[in-house]
Amino acid sequence: MWRYTLKRLIQGLITVWFIATTTFFVMHFVPGDPLSDARATSEQIRENLEARYGLDKPLYQQYYIYLRNIASGDLGISFTQQNREVNDIIREHFPVSAALGVLAVVFAALGGILWGALTALFRNRMPDVVIMFLVVLGVSVPSFVFAALGQLSLVTLNDWLGVSVLPVAGWGSVQHLLVPALVLGLGTMAFLTRLMRSSMLEVTNADYVRTAKAKGLNATQIFIRHQLRNAILPVITVLGPAIATITTGGFVVELVFAIPGLGRFFVQSVQQLDYTVIMGTTVFYGGFLVFMVIAVDLVYGLIDPRVRVE
Amino acid sequence: MADRTFWQSMWALTMLAAAALGGLLLLMLIIAYFADLTIVDDASSAAVDYESRSISIVISEEPPQMDSTRATDAVSGMLLGHLMEGLLRYDGEGNLQPGVAESWTVTPEGAVFKLRDDARWSDGEPVTAHDFVFSWRTALAPETASLYAFIMYPVKHAEAINLGDMPSDQLGVVAEDDLTLRVEFERPLAFFDRLVAFTTYYPIREDFYLARDGRYGADAEDLLFNGAFVMTKWVHGAEVALEKNPYYWNKDSIWLERINIPFITPDSNTQLNLFKDGKVAMVQLSPDTLKNAVQNRWPIRRFAEGTVFFIEFNHRPERLTRNLNLRKALYYATDTAELVYRVIKLPGFLPGASLFPTWLRGEHDYLRREYPVPAHPVNVTRAREHLELARQELGLDEFPPLVLLVGDTPTSLKQAEYFQNTFKRHLGLEVRIDAQIFKQRLEKMTLGQFDMVAAGWAPDFDDPLTYGDLFASWNKNNRGYFRSDALDAQVRIAQGSLNQNERMRAFGEIQRILLEEVAIIPNYERGRVFVADPSLEGLIRRTIGPDPDYSRARIRED
Repeated sequence: MWRYTLKRLIQGLITVWFIATTTFFVMHFVPGDPLSDARATSEQIRENLEARYGLDKPLYQQYYIYLRNIASGDLGISFTQQNREVNDIIREHFPVSAALGVLAVVFAALGGILWGALTALFRNRMPDVVIMFLVVLGVSVPSFVFAALGQLSLVTLNDWLGVSVLPVAGWGSVQHLLVPALVLGLGTMAFLTRLMRSSMLEVTNADYVRTAKAKGLNATQIFIRHQLRNAILPVITVLGPAIATITTGGFVVELVFAIPGLGRFFVQSVQQLDYTVIMGTTVFYGGFLVFMVIAVDLVYGLIDPRVRVE
Repeated sequence: MADRTFWQSMWALTMLAAAALGGLLLLMLIIAYFADLTIVDDASSAAVDYESRSISIVISEEPPQMDSTRATDAVSGMLLGHLMEGLLRYDGEGNLQPGVAESWTVTPEGAVFKLRDDARWSDGEPVTAHDFVFSWRTALAPETASLYAFIMYPVKHAEAINLGDMPSDQLGVVAEDDLTLRVEFERPLAFFDRLVAFTTYYPIREDFYLARDGRYGADAEDLLFNGAFVMTKWVHGAEVALEKNPYYWNKDSIWLERINIPFITPDSNTQLNLFKDGKVAMVQLSPDTLKNAVQNRWPIRRFAEGTVFFIEFNHRPERLTRNLNLRKALYYATDTAELVYRVIKLPGFLPGASLFPTWLRGEHDYLRREYPVPAHPVNVTRAREHLELARQELGLDEFPPLVLLVGDTPTSLKQAEYFQNTFKRHLGLEVRIDAQIFKQRLEKMTLGQFDMVAAGWAPDFDDPLTYGDLFASWNKNNRGYFRSDALDAQVRIAQGSLNQNERMRAFGEIQRILLEEVAIIPNYERGRVFVADPSLEGLIRRTIGPDPDYSRARIRED
């Protein structure tokens, strides 16, 4: 087990190094000049700016310095917010994305499991048909549409009731978190519902469920201990990558709901060619994704002894 | 039996759902604890509140640079305009008013500013002439690498210092005593008073700046204020709060106690939703949200935002657009009224006719009234004649497609499609649209990778020169390499002459040359449309200087 963990960690590090290197070179070869602005500047000012960000050195040296800095945990200073360090940007804004992401994942997981079990129970009856129709919608409609719709319904609701039930956008309280997290988790919830449904149906006809029935266990026990518990496994498998994609993919939701998450800075930095922020956020997100997947693989072994390695 | 199994399972599921809901609530409390969130939404952030004299607004992005020597963008400029005060400031009508300077005399060789003795920093210390000397030197120091250093070049030795050829203590500005600031000019200058209201000229106190050790402007506590408001809160990306500055010398003219900025988002739909929800006092409208605002029957307000947009040609030798007859053909085929009223269709936009926008002031009246633009009749027949001439001059059988470089905003794309369609329809010319994000468009402009580019220019200071020198052969922003000795000569007059009449005549000439040579095809002057809370009074929208300006706003009592 330890050897396996170590091996996975080293693989993870190599993956992150690969991400960092690719991003570094692709970013430098993309046309566009990060130091340009609407007002043209003199050669002298340009040189000073280049020196400040180390862009005056040859590319291989920049790459070396950059790797060395990453290794020591220094991601540099932002190009667009010239007195903020990328480390600060990540430290201040990632927790926001994470809070939103965690809640969204939990929404998605709980919702997916419950709706999935429900549709399996009502198989081919009215509730099943309605929920599965909504699931298809949920899987296929992109999140920015849900975000806009969610916000619009909030405005309409507040307007209709005459009081502000839930805030329309912004950050600072738990209420601000609710609708954005739901919107963010919706796609995954729909996907998990479908997964849970088919997994539930498979389990219902399994031998061990029949045995349990034959033993005379009551239906509640069979349902929870034998059906749900076994049906949940595939859901947990996809949950790991889902956590990573949700936590890192909230850009649109953050934008629409004016939430100060890291996703906004990530996307903006690409538009503004803010080299240090592009590099910092990509490496950070890359590392986060890679190690999340590893962590889930390890945890999975704990839940289901059958998949434990060795 | 089957029915009983079903109901027992349903019951189990309901229990599970209840447990999940409980767990969810617990989780939210845990998240709230770790993410530093309050449990109940603070309801104090209404759009306007008469009792507490506070308003709430939304800004489109996290202010990128609150160090006044290095700020270049509109959001930072807007905030700094509320927080800082220069020697002079603009009032709501665009007239200069005393700021930190109580009185001033400007001669062709220099200026002397007498500072008021009751101007204070937000820690109670007096604002002195030394604070200006320090910030001006800092802005020009090569290490600062300020992109707006050029706006100080009229000050003696400023350019040499900025280029690193001279130490910064040689700058032609001295504090004769705490309240007297003497400025020497590099060469005689007619409009220095209009420059000192600009952001880059704001004061900074040396001891405070040095104590921040490179972090000046990074956070609310890394700033010291001398303007109408102080920044009391800045949660990056989320929230900014301004409160009335008790030390501001002119605090009696400030009615508002607090400006909350609890929302930062560029999404115009979100902004409109916040306005509809009664959370913000003013929002700018986009083509998207304009319709919605009209449907709600809110009074739509508009103002000239100041930026002029035009098609700039590439005059480099290898380009077809170097040919005057080709440029004339394109010019005569263009109908800016059609472009603005039938294609862009946004209120507040004006058809462009010149590089100089309509709102610029001349000697006694608006510049464009003193030096009117000759009427530009759209004339397809004439356009075709010029095209034929161009074809012969260039020795072409058929024109290859022309590359039109544009930005990636919806309005730029509409603009590009208008030209693609018009040139095809009237002249049979193919136009290839090259849409790029801002920095890539800028790079392609600098490298000359275009035949035509949809460019724009926003004013920096209140003198026609802010536009007038744009196409001088030495101007680095002249990325199409237009070159005219006659124009260069007029720019020199406009820069150096002290006679306003002579200067304005020079601008008139520049306007004539640009149109005759078809250096550009004017497209439109951009307008802004917005909706504001009906009880908000005294909101200032301006073309030059911090915009929007809430510092003199008040709330009408209902």
